Amino acid sequence: MSIEVRIPTILRTYTGGEKAVEGSGATLAELIDDIEGRHSGLRARLVDEKGLRRFVNVYLNDEDVRFLGGLETAVKDGDSVTVLPAVAGG
Amino acid sequence: MRYDSLLDSVGRTPLVGLPRLSPSPDVRLWAKLEDRNPTGSVKDRPALFMIEQAEKEGLLRPGATILEATSGNTGISLAMVARLRGYRLVCVMPANTSVERRQLLEMWGAEIVSSPAEGGSNEAVRRAKALAEEHPDWVMLYQYGNPANAESHYATTGPEILEDLPSITHFVAGLGTTGTLMGVGRFLRERVPGVEIVAAEPRYGELVYGLRNLDEGFVPELYDETVLTSRYSVGPRDAVRRVRELLDNEGLFAGFSTGAIAHAALGIAARAHQEGRRADIAFIVCDAGWKYLSTGAYAGTLDEAEANLDGQLWA
Repeated sequence: MSIEVRIPTILRTYTGGEKAVEGSGATLAELIDDIEGRHSGLRARLVDEKGLRRFVNVYLNDEDVRFLGGLETAVKDGDSVTVLPAVAGG
Repeated sequence: MRYDSLLDSVGRTPLVGLPRLSPSPDVRLWAKLEDRNPTGSVKDRPALFMIEQAEKEGLLRPGATILEATSGNTGISLAMVARLRGYRLVCVMPANTSVERRQLLEMWGAEIVSSPAEGGSNEAVRRAKALAEEHPDWVMLYQYGNPANAESHYATTGPEILEDLPSITHFVAGLGTTGTLMGVGRFLRERVPGVEIVAAEPRYGELVYGLRNLDEGFVPELYDETVLTSRYSVGPRDAVRRVRELLDNEGLFAGFSTGAIAHAALGIAARAHQEGRRADIAFIVCDAGWKYLSTGAYAGTLDEAEANLDGQLWA
């Protein structure tokens, strides 16, 4: 078992075109570090020194992690994480 | 109920209980029927407020041209108000919106500038900003950053809901311009201790997220995340499924953005029921399904409906 991370089109240059990658960790930050080991450069597109980048939204099982624990949100095997760029609605 | 004119009838919409979808007498769902507004959507409220505010500030004079980036409902509402008040309206709208929205806009006299489907509303906003620079005499109301948008909900939608449901525990609405959630959310937080403000955000097909780079992302200027308690991303399959549940169980004919909102609301209801907590959950019915029949997503299997919505700005 592991954690599935769905990657938006715009970041698939870092995943060899893969729509989803797998990783492990106890928190979102650890998960991102783990994935960075195989997909170098991805972390810097998601995170800066202040935390999640402004135009990046990350959802844990469809819930925005900014309202959970941010990068410290606990994750576990079987979870699904979705990364999406922030876009306009309305 | 009698009104002096159509514009006077905006708002004061019904809040109806959903007894069949509510899990128990202690955990109840309530639908705020914003499709009962004059042009059939919640956007009549911000459209009227934004135009009246611009009039007060002296920005809009008779014969003026209004410019707006919109995926549909805001444009339709603005077109109706603009026609009655004597303004010209130019709407920048993504190409991947339903044909009904275009016809309605044209019917009320709006002019449409199409923006490419790739990039969705982001691209429409960018095009509209460029047009505004080319035409400095046009008035861009800019629903994403215009405080009158959120104010319309703070002044009308919020008070209506609280008056009808003083025991409210949760408010759920869609996240687009963020105006509904910011306005109603602030109003309720000031008056209802512990109230939860929940956003349901549509998750579109990949085409819509086709930015060239992440720095082209967009967060509306109105958005203040401290107003929200939580925020959910809802895909088209769940939205369609909930639209059908609303029809089958409660006879309510809603659009897909409402389906996404209902999905979040039903999730909250199920959890409250499971944990033995009382809940009165009010959610917004943004519009009815009429404008989306041509998508084909009201017929056939869930798989077919999901395929039909792929690449569409369905909310």
